[in-house]
Formats: sequence, structure tokens, C-alpha cells
Amino acid sequence: MTKANFDLVKEIELLRLVTVGSVDDGKSTLIGRLLIDTKGAFEDQLMAVRKQKGTTTVSSAADIDLAMLTDGLSAEREQGITIDVAYRYFATPKRKFIMADCPGHEQYTRNMVTGSSTANAAIILIDARHGVLAQTKRHTHILGLLGIPHLIVAVNKMDLVDYDQSTFEKIREEMDEYCAKQGIKDLICTPMSALTGDMVTIRGENMDWYEGDTLLETLESLSVLDDLDEKPFRMPVQLVNRPQTSDLPDYRGFMGTIASGTIKVGDAITVVPSGLSSTVKEIVTFDGNLEEAFAPQSITLTLNDNIDISRGDMLVHTGEPTTGEKSLIANVCWIGDEPLERRKKYIIKHTTRQVKALVDDVVFKREIHTLEKEDADALAMNEIGQIRFKLQQPLNCDSYADNRMTGSFIIIDSFTNNTVGAGMIV
Amino acid sequence: MSKHKLTQLKALEAESIHIIREVVAEFRNPVMLYSVGKDSSVLVHLARKAFYPAPLPFSLLHVDTGFKFKEMYDFRDAFCEEIGANLIVRKNDDAISKGMNPKEFGVARCCGALKTQGLLDALEEGGYDAAFGGARRDEEKSRAKERVFSMRDEFGQWDPKNQRPELWNIYNGRIHDGESVRVFPISNWTEMDIWSYIREENIPIVPLYFAKERPMIERGDMLIPYYEENKDQYLEGEEPTMVMSRFRTLGCSPCTGAVRSDATNMDEIVIEAAASKRSERETRIIDHGSNSMEDKKKEGYF
Repeated sequence: MTKANFDLVKEIELLRLVTVGSVDDGKSTLIGRLLIDTKGAFEDQLMAVRKQKGTTTVSSAADIDLAMLTDGLSAEREQGITIDVAYRYFATPKRKFIMADCPGHEQYTRNMVTGSSTANAAIILIDARHGVLAQTKRHTHILGLLGIPHLIVAVNKMDLVDYDQSTFEKIREEMDEYCAKQGIKDLICTPMSALTGDMVTIRGENMDWYEGDTLLETLESLSVLDDLDEKPFRMPVQLVNRPQTSDLPDYRGFMGTIASGTIKVGDAITVVPSGLSSTVKEIVTFDGNLEEAFAPQSITLTLNDNIDISRGDMLVHTGEPTTGEKSLIANVCWIGDEPLERRKKYIIKHTTRQVKALVDDVVFKREIHTLEKEDADALAMNEIGQIRFKLQQPLNCDSYADNRMTGSFIIIDSFTNNTVGAGMIV
Repeated sequence: MSKHKLTQLKALEAESIHIIREVVAEFRNPVMLYSVGKDSSVLVHLARKAFYPAPLPFSLLHVDTGFKFKEMYDFRDAFCEEIGANLIVRKNDDAISKGMNPKEFGVARCCGALKTQGLLDALEEGGYDAAFGGARRDEEKSRAKERVFSMRDEFGQWDPKNQRPELWNIYNGRIHDGESVRVFPISNWTEMDIWSYIREENIPIVPLYFAKERPMIERGDMLIPYYEENKDQYLEGEEPTMVMSRFRTLGCSPCTGAVRSDATNMDEIVIEAAASKRSERETRIIDHGSNSMEDKKKEGYF
């Protein structure tokens, strides 16, 4: 890096990535390969997990016990499994990647959901020898529900099937078919060998029949530009800023992260649910006032009228309302130990608002393999279904398909205070 | 195609500000742990941005071991005064009066008493239900596993096998009486992000981060800063020499190594960080040992 690079570095974009699959699929090897080849792991960290204690250099993934590098908890190393999400960071000259490395075992699905909810792209690992497993389908279905914009199927261990094209094509067809059933488009399938590096960071010579990009090329070229700033303006209010200092005795600023859309000074806004309206006076930041702000900036707004606004309210452009019903239907991924049951009460946290909710109906439960809808009265841990809730107060929201920020909520058990469900509004 | 986009540093900044505001909205009595290091400098800067034009709505808490570098104390006092922060300094006086030090009692025991116990006592004394910390996930493998909102039981302990799911940017701040959370707003920042951000935002940091000729004890691969008042902490026969060096991280002076460097300004530090092949925690003696950070964290270490 030289001084001339500073401006280029400033332009680097962020891609949030999630990897799912089990250790047996070669996930640790793949992550190790990406970290080593992009210099995302430091020498002293690699030396600490080398296989041969005598060696003084670490140059390839084969020299390293990669699971030791990624499984950070002693319980994980004892059992040889990944229990919880580990976050890894690496960068290329084009991008910085935040990679959530998620566990594969079914009992840790909740941790997989944690790692996936914020991702722009997902890598689903498949062992070429074993093909598409139940686990693969579960993960793919959850990633589809979570609306991850880009899904990449990494068919790994191609070296163990003699780089056979038909093995790869069979897996690709099966995944294409499964994804088409639930409306997932833009599936990218890449054959690779994380062990040799073929098609991960280098093309190699063994899979000339594959014309697509290497995994790293794909990761560098996926679009990270969502259309979040072009959607209707939504800003859930986190706090009201009232310094009450001698310089600012009457100042009232509304603090929040813009969930979607763009806001300009002078724009007409409406507060939901109250329906009160005003216009934007200033867009305040520590670095000076702005003329315009957009998602996902964290800002403070002042208004030209003194109207009642508090935490949990949402600011929207006048004329672009949200829904505001006392009931909602959502796809729910249940991650609580105790099952979700009809008539049970929970707390829903949606943006900055918490409301009491009653399970009015389990509309259906989704069978993971066939994707068929099944009748049910409950959802057990790791099950997915569609739920109708009755709410104590109306919630102002959008559908998850329209807006990931204002269409999502978490379900909290009011007795244990644990997060027990992830909801995506239909 | 969208015409607005945030650079990755600005995206990280927005995420951190969101987290800091959520905590202030949902907790009764938050406090920000302030260790005087570069990550703390960034964390405090983000907090000032979050609440501007209002002052910080919480105090800064420095859990002091008495073994910090003199330059850190000077910087801390001047910095807190300049930004108008309310600084609380707490020490484990009981252990200090018994003469706790790393050489006689061992690094792990000294850290356990002066840092972990000191922190737990200070948090209990203040009745804080949320404590912000500047830990980053890229620092160490057990930190890579930690949530942004990290739940602590009544004993201040972390249960890594049973962490709360954390979805989207919706944080669950509901806790029972006696429980608390540690919150890590800069979880997703790397060392490189921290240095680049300090450079871009002109954030003040302790001068020890800049290279200078300094008296150092050379012990194996490590450079240990020499201070007359720490004389008892060095090994027999160790004598200081002047070395052009700087610090990548700052902890206690007997236990924090320096690195050889000619980086005397922020541009040079960022360039050096980009080329670095060794992790910054390598200079921290306490981290060496198989599960040391995880064990310390379970007990309540920050």
C-alpha cells in the first residue's frame, strides 16, 4: 500500500457473507483457503494451528489444522464440531468481506439463522461425493426465507470425484429444481476443491469444462448495491435527543437509522402510527448538517413543527404509508427450546417497537424436503411455518419481500427473555 | 442501480452508532468501558457522533491496574477533559494493597485480580446493566464467536455455548434483575479499519502508537518497554537499549510489547498495518496459552 492508495481504499465496499455446511463438507478448509490466499489470517495465528510443530512456515491450507483456526471455543475443538457462528474478516483490493461461518448441525440452526440474517450473499457447501443432503435443503430453504440476495452453491471436494463434470451437473440440476420450487432465482453453482484451491482463488487445470468464475471472482463481482435507497423512506425512531443545555434549551432531534429510502431537507414526513405530519428542518450529524441522507445512515432529524414523537414511532414520507394492522401473518423460523403453540403469548420486537402478540393460528408448517404445506398446531425448534399473530397494538410494517428492515421481527419469550423466533412478514 | 452508497468504513460507523443508541434507549444505566487504547478512542468518537449535539449520556469507566503507561494516564485525563466526558476510575485496591504484580504472582493471576475482578467489582458498584466495550471479533478466536449483545449472568460470567440468537439489526435487550450485557459496537471492525478510521477522522490517540526511539528490554522476540519505576518487573541481567519502536496495542506496561517500526504518523501507520503479517495481540503476553482468552472471558474479563 502506498499513499496513492488511500483514496482507493476508501472506496472499498462491504460484502456480508455467510457460509453454511458442515465440517465434513470441507467448510473449514474452504475458509482457511480464503483466509490464507487473501492474507486474512496472520502468520502467528496460522503458526499456532500448524499440524507439524517443527515447521517454521505456513504456506498452504494443507499445513494447517484449519478447524482449529475457525472453531474458537474449547467445546468446539473437544467435539470437533462448530457450535456457534464465528465471524471472519478478509479483504481483497476490491472488497472487504465479513464472513459469518455457521454451524451445520441441525441443533444449532438458531446460530445459523443468526449468522445469515444480515448477509448479502451465502455460500452453501456440498460435498461432491454425497450430493444434496437434507441439511443442504434446510439451509437453502432458510436462506431463501431470509431473502439473501445471492446464493452460491459450492460443490466441494471435486478432486475426490476425479473432477467429474456429470457429478457436478447432477448436483446443480437438483439444487436448481429445489430452489425454483420456492422462487429462488440467480443461483450460482461452482465446482471446486478447497484443498487444492482449484476454482476457489485460482482456476486450476482440472475443470476446464466449467466456464464460470472462481469463487473469489464471484464474491468480488456480486452486486452489493441493493435498491434500499430507492424504496419508500422509513426511519424507526430510536431516541429523542433533548440536550436541554444552555445552548440548546428547546432542541428536539429524532435519532434513528434510515431503514430504507432517502430523505431531504424540506421533505414532508408523517409519523406512524399517530398520523401527525411536518417537514424536515435539518439533517443533523456530528460532521455537519446534510442536505440529503439515505439508508443505512444513522442520523438525527429536526422538524419544523413541534409534534409528539417517541421511540417506536416511524417516520415516513407523507403519502407513502406502511401497513398498520393489529394482526399480521409471517413466515417464522422457530429457534426456541419450547415449541411455539396456538394461543401462546410472546413479545414481538419490530424495528424499535415492542408489542405483545398472541399466536392466533399456525397457518401451515413447511415440510423441508418436499416444501409441502402441512397442518399443524405448533412449531418445534428448528421448524418453519406460517403464523398469524394478533397484536396488542398495531405495528407499522412492510412485507419482508419489499423491505428486509421493516418486514422483519424477532419473537421474545417474556418469561425467559430469550429470542425464540425469527419472523418475516408476508 | 442505486446511486447512493456508503463506503465500508461509513457503513461500519452507521452500524456502530445504531447499536450504541439502542443500548441507551433500552437500558437503565449503561456505562462505556474506556481502556485509553486506540479502540477505546474510536468507540468514544462513535458515541459522540451518536448523540451529537448532546453530550455523552453515560460515563466512561476506566478499570485501572496502576500498571498502565504514564503516557496513557496523561492522555486519558486530557482527552476526557477536552471532550467533557465524565470519567470514573476504579482499581482493585484490595489486590493492589497486597502488592499484586505480574512477575511474582504470574500474568494470569495478576490479570484476574486487577482486570477481571476489578471490572466485575466496578460494574457491581455502579449498578450498571449494560457496559460497552471496544472488543473486536478479528482480535482473537473466542472473540470471533461473541455476539454484539453478550449476556452476563449475576456473576458477570459468559456462557459461550448458549448465546442468544441475534437477528438482523434487532437487538434483544431484555434481561432479568441482576443480569447485565456487555455490548461491542465495533465487533465488525478490523485492526485495519480502526487505523484507517483514526486517520480519516483525525481521532486523538496515545502518542505511544507512533514510532520513536524508546528504551526497550529485548526478551526473545519481544520488545518490552523499560521504565525506571518498573525495575522490579524485569528479569535478572536485563538492560534497556534504545530502539525505534511503537505499540500496536496498549495494555499494562510490564506485559505489553512494542514492535520495531519507523511509522511516525498516521499515513505510515496505516501503510504498516496493511502490510503486517503478524496479529496485534501477539504483543500481549496474556493471550499466549491455548484457551486463555476464552477462559478469562467466561470469568468476566472484557
